[in-house]
Amino acid sequence: MQLNREDLLRAYRTMRLIRDFEERLHVEFATGEIPGFVHLYAGEEASAAGVCMHLGDKDHIASTHRGHGHCIAKGCDVSGMMNEIYGRKDGLCGGKGGSMHIADISKGMLGANGIVGGGPPLICGAALTAKVLKTGGVAIAFLGDGASNQGTTLESYNLASIWKLPAVFVVEDNGYAESTAASYAVAGSQSDRAKGFGMPSQVVDGFDFFAVHEAAGAAIERARAGEGPSLIHVQLSRYYGHFEGDGMTYRGPGEVDRLRADVDCLKRFRTKVTEAALLEASELDAIDRAVADQIDTSVRTAKSAPPPTEADLLTDVYVAY
Amino acid sequence: MSKKSFRQAINEALRQEMRRDPRVILMGEDVAGGAGAPGDDDAWGGVLGVTKGLVGEFGRERVLDTPLSESAYIGAAAGAAATGLRPVAELMFVDFMGVCFDQIFNQAAKFRYMFGGHAVTPLVIRMMYGAGFRAASQHSQCLYPIFTHIPGLKVVIPSSAYEAKGLLIQAIRDDDPVIFMENKVLYDQEEEVPDESYTIPFGEANLTREGSDVTIVGIGRMVQIANAAADALAKQGISCTVIDPRTTSPLDTGSILDSVEETGRLVIVDEASPRCNMATDISALVAQEAFGALRAPIRMVCPPHVPVPFAPNLEDLYVPDAARVEAAVRAVMQYAGKQGARA
Ligand SMILES: Cc1ncc(C[n+]2csc(CCOP(=O)(O)OP(=O)(O)O)c2C)c(N)n1
Ligand SMILES: [Mg+2]
Repeated sequence: MQLNREDLLRAYRTMRLIRDFEERLHVEFATGEIPGFVHLYAGEEASAAGVCMHLGDKDHIASTHRGHGHCIAKGCDVSGMMNEIYGRKDGLCGGKGGSMHIADISKGMLGANGIVGGGPPLICGAALTAKVLKTGGVAIAFLGDGASNQGTTLESYNLASIWKLPAVFVVEDNGYAESTAASYAVAGSQSDRAKGFGMPSQVVDGFDFFAVHEAAGAAIERARAGEGPSLIHVQLSRYYGHFEGDGMTYRGPGEVDRLRADVDCLKRFRTKVTEAALLEASELDAIDRAVADQIDTSVRTAKSAPPPTEADLLTDVYVAY
Repeated sequence: MSKKSFRQAINEALRQEMRRDPRVILMGEDVAGGAGAPGDDDAWGGVLGVTKGLVGEFGRERVLDTPLSESAYIGAAAGAAATGLRPVAELMFVDFMGVCFDQIFNQAAKFRYMFGGHAVTPLVIRMMYGAGFRAASQHSQCLYPIFTHIPGLKVVIPSSAYEAKGLLIQAIRDDDPVIFMENKVLYDQEEEVPDESYTIPFGEANLTREGSDVTIVGIGRMVQIANAAADALAKQGISCTVIDPRTTSPLDTGSILDSVEETGRLVIVDEASPRCNMATDISALVAQEAFGALRAPIRMVCPPHVPVPFAPNLEDLYVPDAARVEAAVRAVMQYAGKQGARA
């Protein structure tokens, strides 16, 4: 897929939205106003944006505990997300789910997930629906390096392959599962695993939006053409701890500073498109300002929004007592 | 004796048993932390720091960080238990039992019986449970009734730091698979805990309050809620016995029945979902074995039958609190029965 000006602006806007959303949550979490666990996606924006650019509402994604980026890239309402994270009635899940369970089925977003490895089987199901009902849709599982070791994931590779499902497994390898390094916990390689299940795979620089976009385009096209699943091994990094509050003592000194300075996906995008004269710096600056305003408004709204009512405790489930 | 948190009590039990018996090993995700990473070793000591420092003393041979593969490592712990080690595996949150339950209930739980008594499975699986952490539907469940349902498993639910240390040491020395459930809200709570090693036997309830009007049975952290309610009620002239069963399997049915014979009234406080939980189980027991002693219907104080909600105001409504226990006790005290209706 050729990227035109509109596409480039949209890609940058998506990544900036994710970055600002996460950076702001990092600040707000420290005030103690945000309940529960929050896992930030900052640093990994190119992956969600590069993959989801190819998707529409009839396509489905399943996300992870680190789900805000996938939600934003798949078109979830940012204010609805922020409300959800604050536990508000107007949140995307009515305040019942929180950060780890944000979902919007109408957008094809099957949910962030509190269970690592929960998504890949669901994506086999979404891909099966697309195949049986001939919707033309595809289904994408985002999963981490940690999740790549879960039995549910490996079983899903097999199932998707033997049923030739229109599915793509995007392994977002940020080098860690909590504090445990992928170099310790992952045997073999992600692409050899794909090969073992008869799936094509690509290894991609996850700091490079264009590389992710291209690889995802090929995998998704293949899926839409009925040729079966594939895997993309996206190599990237997270800027914050596993969850907010993680002291990150397992990381090397200066590790994150170096990443921010050298390989940041937003900086690289900006350099590339301005040097190639595809976009003006001023256009990107305008996006930065608009996004900052949008995030600011969403936080302000969420802080003063009402929580669910007592009656909401007993709705959305059959209740016998 | 010194003040120790619930977290420290568990850490100390593990350390003392690992010193005592070289066959005791630990495994789980990030139980040491930092495996293969460039920074500190022992970076985490478990998500909430419960196993902190143990890798320093016992090394990575005995404190094993695992990949995110619960079926494999919980199953490996069961297999190691059946072949000569005494593993303590950490599942982190009980909610993750979903991905490894076969290894627990079809494998570990059944070895001894199914193999005609020729196998032992000295395995402990530790995990946290319970709501109140704003951790939402997939990180807040209780689920101990599901384990309690399985013959072959022992199920331990300590209600305080003192209880946790003695019960965990007992669990590690036990030859059956033991599910050890830690309420995550308790980790920072402190109380006097002996420095030396001690055990608390399974299947022997602890009476944390003694009174004559009403018997309250609490499970895990709900023992504390029951104690708080009992103390408030005592000031209003209602005297309660509070029973902490400590283990739901085996269950000390004798202590519960004896107490109900005395008081004639029973309130059960259980944080687990209300269908087929410990409250329904104990109710059935008392209805069958002590029906004649009952002076009022049994009351169960449980959450509603819904997943645990995220929003703090909803979660606070969800979890049973002392006020609800007090109301239930008052209701059984005021029960007038058929005579009341006639009068
Ligand atoms: C089945 C299950 N096991 C363990 C956890 C606890 N947990 C949450 S995230 C995580 C690490 C996930 O690592 P990875 O898949 O690499 O994703 P990342 O956090 O790096 O994005 C762990 C162990 C969980 N939520 N579910
Ligand atoms: Mg990871």
